[in-house]
Amino acid sequence: MEEEFVTLTIDDQPIKVKKGTTILEAAKQAGIDIPTLCFLKEINEVGDCRMCIVEVEGRRGFATSCIQKAEDGMIVRTHTPEVLEARHIILDLILSNHKIECLTCTRSGNCELQKLAEKFNVQKIEFPGEMTKHTIDDKSPSIVRDFNKCILCRRCIATCKNVQEIGAIDCIERGFESCISTTYDNSLNDVDCTFCGQCIEACPTGALHEKENIDDVWTKLKDPDTYVVVQTAPAVRVALGEEFGMPIGTNCKGKMVTALKRMGFDKVFDTNTGADLTIMEEANEFIERVQNGGTLPMITSCSPGWVRFAEKNYGDLLSHLSSCKSPHQMFGAVIKSYFAEKYGIDKNKICTVSIMPCIAKKYECSREEMEVDGVRDVDYVMTTRELARMIKQANLDFAQLEDNDFDNPMGEASGAGAIFGTTGGVMEAAIRTAVDTLEKKNVEEIEYREVRGEKGIKEATLNITGIEIKIAVVSGLANAKKMMEQIKEGKSPYHFIEIMACPGGCVMGGGQPIKDAKTRASVDVRKQRADALYAIDEKSVIRKSHENPIMKQLYDEFFEKPGSHVAHKYLHTKYSAKEKYETE
Amino acid sequence: MKTIQEIEKIRTEKRAELDLRVNTEADTREKHILVCRGTGCTSSKSPKIIETFRKVIEEKGLENVRVIQTGCFGLCAKGPIVIIRPEETFYAHVKPEDCEEIIQSHICEGKKVERLLCKNMDGNFAQKLEELDFYKKQKRIALKNCGLIDPEKIDEYIAFDGYQALQKVLTQMNPDEIIEVISKSGLRGRGGAGFSTGTKWSFTKQAESDQKYVVCNADEGDPGAFMDRSILEGDPHAILEAMTIAGFAIGANQGYIYVRAEYPIAVQRLKIAINQAREYGLLGENILGTGFKFDIDIRLGAGAFVCGEETALLESIEGKRGQPRVKPPYPATCGLFGKPTLINNVETLANITKIILNGADWYASIGTEKSKGTKVFALGGNVNNVGLVEVPMGTTLREIVYDIGGGIPNGRGFKAAQTGGPSGGCIPAEHLDTPIDYESLAQIGSMMGSGGLIVMDDTKCMVNLAKFYLEFTVAESCGKCTPCRIGTKRMLEILEKLCNGEGTEYDIYRLEKLAINIKKASVCGLGQSAPNPVLSTLRYFREEFKEHAIDKKCRTNECKKIAKIEIDSEKCKACGLCQRSCPVEAIEGEAREIRIINQEKCIKCGTCIASCPFKAIG
Amino acid sequence: MEEKCVVQKIRQETKEILEKYPHEKDQLIMILNDVQEKYGYIPKQAQMVISQVLSIPMAEIYGVITFYSRFTLSPKGKYNISICLGTACYVKGSQKLLDRAKERLKIEPGQVTPDGKFSIDDVRCVGACGLAPVFMVNDEVYGNATVKEFDEVIDKYMKE
Repeated sequence: MEEEFVTLTIDDQPIKVKKGTTILEAAKQAGIDIPTLCFLKEINEVGDCRMCIVEVEGRRGFATSCIQKAEDGMIVRTHTPEVLEARHIILDLILSNHKIECLTCTRSGNCELQKLAEKFNVQKIEFPGEMTKHTIDDKSPSIVRDFNKCILCRRCIATCKNVQEIGAIDCIERGFESCISTTYDNSLNDVDCTFCGQCIEACPTGALHEKENIDDVWTKLKDPDTYVVVQTAPAVRVALGEEFGMPIGTNCKGKMVTALKRMGFDKVFDTNTGADLTIMEEANEFIERVQNGGTLPMITSCSPGWVRFAEKNYGDLLSHLSSCKSPHQMFGAVIKSYFAEKYGIDKNKICTVSIMPCIAKKYECSREEMEVDGVRDVDYVMTTRELARMIKQANLDFAQLEDNDFDNPMGEASGAGAIFGTTGGVMEAAIRTAVDTLEKKNVEEIEYREVRGEKGIKEATLNITGIEIKIAVVSGLANAKKMMEQIKEGKSPYHFIEIMACPGGCVMGGGQPIKDAKTRASVDVRKQRADALYAIDEKSVIRKSHENPIMKQLYDEFFEKPGSHVAHKYLHTKYSAKEKYETE
Repeated sequence: MKTIQEIEKIRTEKRAELDLRVNTEADTREKHILVCRGTGCTSSKSPKIIETFRKVIEEKGLENVRVIQTGCFGLCAKGPIVIIRPEETFYAHVKPEDCEEIIQSHICEGKKVERLLCKNMDGNFAQKLEELDFYKKQKRIALKNCGLIDPEKIDEYIAFDGYQALQKVLTQMNPDEIIEVISKSGLRGRGGAGFSTGTKWSFTKQAESDQKYVVCNADEGDPGAFMDRSILEGDPHAILEAMTIAGFAIGANQGYIYVRAEYPIAVQRLKIAINQAREYGLLGENILGTGFKFDIDIRLGAGAFVCGEETALLESIEGKRGQPRVKPPYPATCGLFGKPTLINNVETLANITKIILNGADWYASIGTEKSKGTKVFALGGNVNNVGLVEVPMGTTLREIVYDIGGGIPNGRGFKAAQTGGPSGGCIPAEHLDTPIDYESLAQIGSMMGSGGLIVMDDTKCMVNLAKFYLEFTVAESCGKCTPCRIGTKRMLEILEKLCNGEGTEYDIYRLEKLAINIKKASVCGLGQSAPNPVLSTLRYFREEFKEHAIDKKCRTNECKKIAKIEIDSEKCKACGLCQRSCPVEAIEGEAREIRIINQEKCIKCGTCIASCPFKAIG
Repeated sequence: MEEKCVVQKIRQETKEILEKYPHEKDQLIMILNDVQEKYGYIPKQAQMVISQVLSIPMAEIYGVITFYSRFTLSPKGKYNISICLGTACYVKGSQKLLDRAKERLKIEPGQVTPDGKFSIDDVRCVGACGLAPVFMVNDEVYGNATVKEFDEVIDKYMKE
């Protein structure tokens, strides 16, 4: 079908756009900026905040440019004195019910509301009045809600309810008392929230943020008796630079390692190595399940948001989950056992810190299962954003830092470990190892394009030693739900499924640098970050986990073989059905 | 299932039987005692009256006397109301104890019970309904059957032309012809905005879809408005019939009536009516054997004023929070469950069958140039004849308040009339002679709204009144969009400051600026009209705002914090009534002397003002 | 033990209510209306059953309940006093009735007295505008009310 176009005039400028384009988008194409606040492209297009109002000739009242479609012959004015006054008043009203503490807010400098206030030259609030009061919810290990800063844009609801299909939060009460909350206003800790953290990424202000562990880590770093080991997840290195003005998708591994060393971490390791270890175990587990009639499909378990979702919603299907701990938990356990023994460090004096693109990892490391003989695998998880804040605190000029490599031993990782950070990566890495193991040879073709890319559900059929293996790669919990319902009905055709809680995988995790709505509307953030990871893989000499010499060393010296008794003790875990909602 | 012939047979036979209901000269020995079972009269025990009548009739062994429950007669202030037909005697304030006397005297002895008759303004008793001042200037179209038939009996509805319009459209008209008639009649939406009904039907018909819906908006939320409720209670089949006609015209086969759960009687009668209509084959598959299929379900509201806004209503039917959608797209293209949906208000629908039967020209001959037909108003507040009135468009406010409403009680003066509820505005005395229609009301800063008409006497403070409406809006704002959620709250806060004597002139300026912008920037009709009560009172009563802001004075003493009640020694006759009425003994002085109010003790309750026969206190 | 029985009973009865309706999301408000009618409030247990059967998140149900003023989360008093603040009643002085009710019962609208006997609601138009001002005790309507009459009615119920 031929595409239809409409021609309209925006601020006296004629512009031709595709039929169905919103006024906001048309204006953007004409180079005209219209301020927005509640708008989050394709996720929250509801027209609630009213910042984007414009005048359309012949129409009573203002039009909502983020929703209203451009029509042929439409005459739009985006910046008349009337529009500007109304927008100013709207912003004033929002600010009048916003706890203004910009200087001490985690979002200072990256707050859409703050930017608008600056843009509108707000110097005082013209309509002050009563403010709604909410207690801060910081009960969970992962997330903090401070709804005194909430502006009711509902981007978080749309993300939770429509993108992730969880619906842990919704709008409650009405009118001035409206707020975003959970059932019975409970803590996110006690409801169906999975701690995926996508709401934080959607929030334009400081109403939602991770539970910070920065001070805890500084305390450990200051303590001369504590040996602080840090590891960084693959997705962190391709996003951290954004917090320092670098382009999206810049791999700043070298500067990151330098920064960590300068801040005083005793060892700086790469979680990619942990990822290689996970593949060793997971590929082995999968082969065993296939060969010995174990529960299939097997589902990956390195995404703790996904695991929490499964435990809360599919308590009777948990045997499908791989018993493997996630890479950083495995690696934490290795540091406090193998590494400690080998280098003669008292494991009780080691503090392990993981820098993750994720807030659910904070919850994961606090799970009671995540310890061996009373020693916690990982002591603190910090997000990419927290690391950036720490670097700023340390007064390091990040962009000017020299490059450094991860510490050895165990600083070496395969390309397979790197791509863990994007959707499809775990599957691709696992298949590389599984195929080689089953075929008992070094298979040359190692790129599995079918499982790459942005789609929420990707599938492929492989033929390994004459056995047909059906695999699926899923990201986002709405898609996870589809997979699980299929399994529940006994209709799943798959043998192996990779599930990541966050749409796009870890590069788009809830602990990653927050991109404002305008950036999200114009840049494919996921692709740029993921491409950086694939580039790392491509440039790697070792691209298969089992070829990583460290793996050989680990199994020879400590774990014997994948799936061994020792491996199970340190590298595997258990799951249990959990109440969806805490009942008092 | 009944055939057209069977329905016609019921119509003819029942009509003959019920002739005495409409024909005062009917040659019959039968008497029908009609008792109002609308919400108002039911609250004041009309079911007990019906029961007592039936008992007395049985005891006396009277034949040819029937007691019938009906919908609202309109003159609620005089309730509970009993009307005896065919002679059309109107008895007011009837108590169960009066039933025996009415039967004995009126029915058995043929003597009217004079003490229960209504007095007109000229002091004479009205011998029959049509002699009452209240009814003289009214023209009942939408309310035609209210108070005439038993709403729980489909046969009575059929007797008075019921389902004849449906029969006509299904057998003689095509959808375009129907829409043509509705368009030509000039009927406009009675829910508030006054959009052309024919155009709305036509848009929904034009929308292409596998599924369309007809929705009846019966979420009458304006405080003080009860037109829709009375129609549903008094004539539910008229709505079902109109919805079915609409369904046929636009190509829908499912209808929903969204009605407030707070209207239990209306809900009950609708349920009965739907069941009866289904039984008769007037709803469901193959209606009247014509092959047309249409059914109606009831959906209950749960107490949210904003659900009267059409898109919020759709959200609510879908089981969600009643938060309005941004328009366009309009419901006619994307409505309930994303399908084209026709939404009409109860009163609008109540006109449909009459227009179909009597023709577009008949309807268009009533009313003004741009506003055709009649409008039902719920007349309330400081007016003698509180109740429901239906008048041709173009009737003046003065006629409604004084001729129909019987003027202001207690000899007080008229200060303003409020139309359109929280979305409307105040009309001052200078506009009493404005003929009421959509355009003229909008021109003077108010709106037709759904039809609430509250009269206020000169004891009412307009700043306080604006505050009252804003309190309502703030409580009922859905919270979706910023201007309404926070803006109305800020307006209320400014009004509270003014009423407490803490405001300044700058606050009036801020109030107005905020009001103008909320009006333009809000998502839905509720927010866009929320500032109207403030803007219209500012327009006509700015002086009062200034008094509050500058002089810290409330001329009516309604604003307690700045009220000062004093006795006017010129008017005072030293009767002492005020002293006795004061609940806190704040009025001091000796007998036969002019009393003084001790301002320290006075709690400004206003009891003394009401007690003074000489209007010397204020 | 007893508590467990109550929970079971509510769950069972909610299921019975659900059986009257198609299990579609759009039936939520109809179902909540029935539950409200049955218990005088909407128990959490009932919400959980509805959430499960209709596949609606608890937060959304909670959002719906707190949006509509007819729905309540805790039981009302044995005698629920509704005072109409519709315009017709307000203009005729119903605010005085509300003030009096608050003064006598020492609770705010929406609250219940500690003994569970009384609760107050300020409602918007009970539809008896002809009788303004109006208040109700449960379903009983008192029209053309004065503060004095209001006191008498309260006294009557207080003695019970």
